[in-house]
Amino acid sequence: MGPEALSTAPPPAAQPDVDPIVEMSGISISFPGIKALDEVSFRLFPGEVHSLMGENGAGKSTLIKALTGVYSIDGGSISLDGHAVEFTSPAHAQRAGIATVYQEVNLVTNLSVAENIFLGREPRRLGLIDFRKMRTDAKRVLRTLNLDIDPSSLLSTHSIAVQQLVAIARAVDVRARVLVLDEPTSSLDQREVEELFGVIRRVRGQGVAVLFVSHFLDQVYEISDRITVLRNGRLVGEHPAAELPRLDLISAMIGKDLAALEALEEGTKREATERVDGGALVTATQVGRKGTIEPFDLEIHRGEVLGLAGLLGSGRTELVRLLAGADRHDQGEVRFDGNVVKLRSPREALDRGIAFASENRKTEGLIGDLSVRANIVLALQAARGWVRQIPRNQQDEIADRYIKALDIRPPNPNQLVRNLSGGNQQKVLLGRWLLLEPKLLILDEPTRGIDIGAKAQIQKLVATLAEEGLAVIFISAELEEVVRLSHQVGVLRDRRKVAQLTNDNLAVEDILEIIAAEAEKSP
Amino acid sequence: MSTTADTHPGRRPLSRVLGRLGGYSQVATTVVLLAIMLTVGATLYQNFTSPQALVDLLGKNAFLIPLAVGMTFVILSGGIDLSVGAVMALGSVIAATLLQQGWSAPAVIVAVLLTGTVLGTLVGTVISKFEIQPFIATLAAMFLARGLCLVITDRSITIKDALFRKVNLAHLNLFEAQVTNVRGRTRTVDVYTTPSVLIALGLVLVAFAVLHYTHFGRTVYAVGGSEPSASLMGLAVDRTKVMVYAISGFCAGLSGLLFSFYTASGDPVAGIGYELNAIAAVVIGGTLLSGGAGYVFGSVLGVLTLGTIYAYKEFDGNLNTGWTRILIGGLVLFFIVLQRVIASRRWAR
Repeated sequence: MGPEALSTAPPPAAQPDVDPIVEMSGISISFPGIKALDEVSFRLFPGEVHSLMGENGAGKSTLIKALTGVYSIDGGSISLDGHAVEFTSPAHAQRAGIATVYQEVNLVTNLSVAENIFLGREPRRLGLIDFRKMRTDAKRVLRTLNLDIDPSSLLSTHSIAVQQLVAIARAVDVRARVLVLDEPTSSLDQREVEELFGVIRRVRGQGVAVLFVSHFLDQVYEISDRITVLRNGRLVGEHPAAELPRLDLISAMIGKDLAALEALEEGTKREATERVDGGALVTATQVGRKGTIEPFDLEIHRGEVLGLAGLLGSGRTELVRLLAGADRHDQGEVRFDGNVVKLRSPREALDRGIAFASENRKTEGLIGDLSVRANIVLALQAARGWVRQIPRNQQDEIADRYIKALDIRPPNPNQLVRNLSGGNQQKVLLGRWLLLEPKLLILDEPTRGIDIGAKAQIQKLVATLAEEGLAVIFISAELEEVVRLSHQVGVLRDRRKVAQLTNDNLAVEDILEIIAAEAEKSP
Repeated sequence: MSTTADTHPGRRPLSRVLGRLGGYSQVATTVVLLAIMLTVGATLYQNFTSPQALVDLLGKNAFLIPLAVGMTFVILSGGIDLSVGAVMALGSVIAATLLQQGWSAPAVIVAVLLTGTVLGTLVGTVISKFEIQPFIATLAAMFLARGLCLVITDRSITIKDALFRKVNLAHLNLFEAQVTNVRGRTRTVDVYTTPSVLIALGLVLVAFAVLHYTHFGRTVYAVGGSEPSASLMGLAVDRTKVMVYAISGFCAGLSGLLFSFYTASGDPVAGIGYELNAIAAVVIGGTLLSGGAGYVFGSVLGVLTLGTIYAYKEFDGNLNTGWTRILIGGLVLFFIVLQRVIASRRWAR
């Protein structure tokens, strides 16, 4: 197999003469209005790391939830160790030896770290939980991930990254035969990813089958033995990782030929550098909020994309929340369109033409149980007041327009938003704010957790909007994206805006250097 | 190099201490509040904090303790149980009726506890199987239980059973104390309590052990913290919810028994609004109304706080009963706001 394998690629472990531990064949799952999985087959061998790849909405999470008993399947069969199984609940799948870390941290933050690792299989003495043993066991488990935290502390006192590692510790420690990791690295830093990969390699050596999902191609190639690609709920193919060049993988995932993809990326680049300057729209002078963000200066012009870069928790979101009226500033002065404004609520901000798409699209943005149409017209309806209902035909017209303009898939205005993939949900949210024709659009992590295709579309859209004279604040953890899109880049560190850079041939490294200064300063 | 605060070993002890204090701070607030209220009572009324009066705070509210204990389980799991007052009355009515028909006392006790548990199990099953709002399901159960009481009897039935009478009149002497009466004479009296108080306190200890040291108890907290997460973690969410309501039903049955010990009767209209007292006690005791955090001892303190407020009324005949309710309402509001403040502080950290 692939003698010219990438140097980082591990040796393929799956032997042809070994029987697969998991065999899913012809799996179909339908949700109202969409076929999430269409006769997908997937197999997993003991002692391999198998990556499941695909764009958002390709069916990766659905396939995982079918395997782990969260969803019941409409068609097809699952066998474990050669025996047909039908899991009716996550508990059922776990008892059968399938441990899972889901995309969203699925632990209970009101209990201690140790309890989160051992809940359901607590060490007992005389029928009661032996907390002392639980603590020492937890310490041992956490050490394998090089995580030095107090096992008795409440999980809620830790960062999302640490919570994610605790979830992984729990899954690894049950000594399952199948370990499913759905986007486990999305909130981890480089060092934590390395620790995780060390653990994955170790359990693979013990014969555990690992199913891995990530949007980071580098990580996928570093850890995977084999790769299965899904697209639009269908199986595209299964390949040894070493025999699948990166470009082939990407084109398999998005189903476009590569020339088209590159043209799309080129397109964004070119448009981003051309800039329409319509004068200052927002001027913030020494604006801050005690305990949230130190006073900062900021100026955004019409037709400008201002990128905000910084680590998680550096104050990016806190900064824009002040501008969006979600929090009130207690220092300094904000001028909008030349007038001093003191925004007391997002509603006041909206009235002035400031739209804010939160990073938590599920909890602070979309209403999952409403249709795409209803979600898009929501803000416009609110702005008009609830008495004057937007006529249905006008609603339909609006929904169709934005579904087309933003390429929302499936293109069905009646589709419930919770059944859409992350990328398409993000587009619905964008559509809602664009409908209000804002002057300033604030996008907090609009591309997080969404696939390359949708990412490129959203980037292109941002560039086009700026060209049309809209001011955009764009927050992203991916510096390449910030650099590609922004005219100006603000850098934050430790809840303080530490630099403002004008983007002429700005390099990612320049920003990294400023952010990294933190790592040396902190104890 | 990591930048997360959690990995700095030097900061751990402090954050650990803070975390612990955060957990207990509400219960501590309740303790302080109770102390203040007792002090106020002692300065206003003579013998307000005499040993016997203090012990009676438990004795007079003994039947409220099981209700609050059961309610603690339910609220910790993220639910609510409005049926407990009616189920308590049903328990007392069933006890009185069966005794009247010549059942033996032990058989009656078993029957009452079983009735409460079965009712709770049914309600819990409805809530978990059909995903009904606990508020609605237990509201229905409340009407059902109260209706059953009135179908069985429309007036209070006196209990003449020997065992029930004995428990009713039993005084368990605890210790001797010096008491000064209104005329300034000091004498030595026995401070006593009742078997009901011991039963109620025994229940509290068992509940504490179950909640903190058993798999089921921790699962209750997990379900209250995040039901979807608990389900994905492979915990038996449905079974836990059924059991929580079964426990609440059992506790309400036990309350019914304690009530019939206390009043030597079964009363179909007893305990109207007690479910709200129980909820108030749990909230005042620092349990998060949204579930997942709280202590059963806090709920006992909550009951004592309510008891102290009622004692004001007993010691001062001129006090309008309206004020006791206003005071309870104010306290509940105070604690709910306190919970919000603590929760938002925690988020800010």
